Amino acid sequence: MSEVQDVEKVKLSPKDFATDQDVRWCPGCGDYSILKQVQSIMPDLGKDKEDIVFISGIGCSSRFPYYMNTYGMHSIHGRATAIASGLKISRPELCVWVITGDGDSLSIGGNHLIHLLRRNFDLNVLLFNNEIYGLTKGQYSPTSPEGKVTKSTPIGSIDHPFNPLKLCLGADATFIARTMDRDPKHQREILLRGNQHVGTSMIEIYQNCNVFNDGAFEVFTDKGTKTEETLYLEHGKPLIFGANRDKGIKLDGFTPVIVSLEETSEEDLWIHDETDRTKAQLLTNFFDNPSLEGHLPRPFGVFYVEDRYRYEEALEAQVEYAIEKSGKGDLDALLRGKNVWKVD
Amino acid sequence: MIKEIEEKREVTIVFAGDSGDGIQLTGTQFTNTNALFGNDIATFPNFPAEIRAPQGTVAGVSGFQLKFGSVEVATPGDVCDVLVAMNAAAFKVNLPRLKKNGTVIVNIDGFNARNLKLAGYEVSPLEDSTLADYRSIQIDISKMTRAALEDSGMGKKEIDRSRNMFVLGFLYYMYNRNLKGTEEFIKQKFAGKDDLIDANIKVLHAGYNYADTSEIFTSRYNVKAAQLDKGEYRNIMGNQATAMGLIAAAQKSGLDLFYGTYPITPASDILHELAKHKNFGVRTFQAEDEIAAIASVIGASFGGKLGVTASSGPGIALKGEAMGLGVMLELPMLIINVQRGGPSTGLPTKTEQADLLQAIYGRNGEAPMPVIAAASPSDCFNMVYEACRISIEHMTPVMFLTDGYIANGSEPWKFPNSNDLLEIKPKFAAESNQNYLPYKRDEMLVREWAIPGMAGKEHRIGGLEKEIDTGNVSYDPENHEKMVKIRQAKVDKIAEDIPLQNINNGDEGGEVLVLSWGSTYGVIKNAVKECKEEGLSVGHVHLRYINPLPKNLGELIKVFKKVIVPEMNNGQLVKIIRDKFLVDAKAINKIKGIPFSTAEIVSAIKGEEELV
Repeated sequence: MSEVQDVEKVKLSPKDFATDQDVRWCPGCGDYSILKQVQSIMPDLGKDKEDIVFISGIGCSSRFPYYMNTYGMHSIHGRATAIASGLKISRPELCVWVITGDGDSLSIGGNHLIHLLRRNFDLNVLLFNNEIYGLTKGQYSPTSPEGKVTKSTPIGSIDHPFNPLKLCLGADATFIARTMDRDPKHQREILLRGNQHVGTSMIEIYQNCNVFNDGAFEVFTDKGTKTEETLYLEHGKPLIFGANRDKGIKLDGFTPVIVSLEETSEEDLWIHDETDRTKAQLLTNFFDNPSLEGHLPRPFGVFYVEDRYRYEEALEAQVEYAIEKSGKGDLDALLRGKNVWKVD
Repeated sequence: MIKEIEEKREVTIVFAGDSGDGIQLTGTQFTNTNALFGNDIATFPNFPAEIRAPQGTVAGVSGFQLKFGSVEVATPGDVCDVLVAMNAAAFKVNLPRLKKNGTVIVNIDGFNARNLKLAGYEVSPLEDSTLADYRSIQIDISKMTRAALEDSGMGKKEIDRSRNMFVLGFLYYMYNRNLKGTEEFIKQKFAGKDDLIDANIKVLHAGYNYADTSEIFTSRYNVKAAQLDKGEYRNIMGNQATAMGLIAAAQKSGLDLFYGTYPITPASDILHELAKHKNFGVRTFQAEDEIAAIASVIGASFGGKLGVTASSGPGIALKGEAMGLGVMLELPMLIINVQRGGPSTGLPTKTEQADLLQAIYGRNGEAPMPVIAAASPSDCFNMVYEACRISIEHMTPVMFLTDGYIANGSEPWKFPNSNDLLEIKPKFAAESNQNYLPYKRDEMLVREWAIPGMAGKEHRIGGLEKEIDTGNVSYDPENHEKMVKIRQAKVDKIAEDIPLQNINNGDEGGEVLVLSWGSTYGVIKNAVKECKEEGLSVGHVHLRYINPLPKNLGELIKVFKKVIVPEMNNGQLVKIIRDKFLVDAKAINKIKGIPFSTAEIVSAIKGEEELV
């Protein structure tokens, strides 16, 4: 008996996913950290390099595909999601990553984002949210807070900002999560979780623009405030935060309240359940301005996961059904049609 | 009673009524029956933009014009021999098209006080001298239909819906045609609803029998089968032909067809047709908007499929930026514009050819794209196939133009055998090519296509200017200028891969050359023939390849003293011709949402029209 031995492929390293192009983001930009984490998880995806595609729109973050040694497309403003939709329908087997920013996906490309989410293609969306327009040099974005002073809003922004994850959940996203550039370990964990999810994985990444919006997320990363302002979600675990992990969130009906763990036992706290849509909705509402009295901490981690059919699979099934029902298309029969007459 | 049979060479009929009267269906059935009988035929549906415009009003009139003949039929006709008017408004709108001494068949019930008022008549045109020059047949079609279905147990509203079958039966008798085809159609359409099948067939027969037994006709008419070229024929509409051409091109190129689109009049029927043919591996995607539609096509093309999108003027405008990306990416993809009256929303259900300059120039920067246009409903098949071939073999987005007139119009089609269609060869990068450079070109300046899944050929492309060969981002001034020239030269070189232009009709030189493109083909052919019969010196060149133009076009133009360019726009091809050949071409324009008539072109050839 002969046996063909599989030559085990040499496992690739993150370096294999870097290109020869100079990375041209501003020194100190949060994008570098995200690029590093994404390159670092690539060898662990179980996919060959040629089966991975990065698609971006326009903006600082959208230069990303040039730095990934996979197939890639740097497309046009706001449309990466729509391009990825067509690619995924055509080539369901590919591992597709959409790289986008807050302007790209929530302003000019807002329409495509919500439709991508409801269709639930199996792909990953990394939304680099820096709450500013960087590439056009510093105008406010749809996630900039009210009152934000920028070049285009010298007296302060009067636009009420989007709450991105709430918007995505409203569009029936099947996976939503938040992480940040300054926390590489958490980023890595969330990226891998997103990749595992079969369906559209929507990952918002807080990303610091040190040139036009430096410190936008400082309260969540600064050593002095971080533990008080952030809430790390873990499935099946109670919501606990604080410098000494001495605070928790409890649900009073549908109202989340901050309680002291000295007075409340952990069992009485809100236990995070990724599959609970109602609670996920409440969690997306943890979006208070950190300067307000009594505000809730900002959650990071996986908010919600749902298993729902993927558009591309359903379409493949329809193609198969049509073939089963009518037989594989016969071009000559189609051209002939049903009512033919002959001229002799 | 035996009636005499009178031979006719050709007959033009206009069916007109409320948009809810089933006029399009009646026209289509009458067309199919005559096509199957062997007549040559041309049709022109003409309907309002509103789905159910206010009943009985002039705005709500839906029309279907067809000409069938024992001789060659190139257009649906300028004027009609028979007008069928289901109400006063339909009568008012269409009477000007009826020949003197023509026949008008009216439904009396549609001329009651309310209908007359809605149509703006103070006195009924059936009672004053309006009909003096015509032969009128006045029937209370509603009453007849209700009587035929008296015992059916159906409601009045439901019964009235089959009035169109009475008209159809009546005309089948008048033109000595068989009811079988329509009976089969009724059985299929209402499969499982036996009461509706019975009712419709009953009314169809009632119309036929009424024509037979009433003393309306002294003679019936016969239009013999046409002497078309030998072969097998079917009837086909333009949008249907376009859809089939796409499926054929996908099969012959070995690429799956991806069709991403957003519904818009008059292009949506291509989607409807393609959605029915998933068993050909066709994937249709109704995107959230026009931009997403073309963006999804770019994704599909990047993935190695035949990506196609279609729209009409306003939608094409929205796709402009993405088309530019397509030009930069140098990927095969097809953009179809089924033109309609513009600008803006314009005249959605009316025809126009006013998007030619948009097709050629309508993108930012220097973004050349081949432009190809169909000349008739069945020609949509040939030319969309050509558009796909050029797109795939030359790695470029291509714009394919049709318009509402040929998209909805129909004609007999001597359909091809799939073996006779040209092979289409995608330019996939060879596996042996281990040093793949995405923008390295062959002698036709075409780059190789490497798609995800091809190992060792991973690369990034995008909308930023590319370095020659490598495709890396480049801001180098010399490189940019070279790339602009290369992209232009690549499109220009396609002229080496298309047929030389011939003189389509008439003389090969002489006094007047009629130079045209798109859906005006049939009417100009007719007009040139008429002028030739009168002894005029006239030739006709009809362009199907507009960018690039056929290499020999300049020579063809030179041998005529005068060049006229009739277009259903304010003068667009004429600008291109003047620009490329420095000739004093005269524009002949009609911008009324309806096609030229033969008479209009004839007088233009004779120089009687005021020229722009």
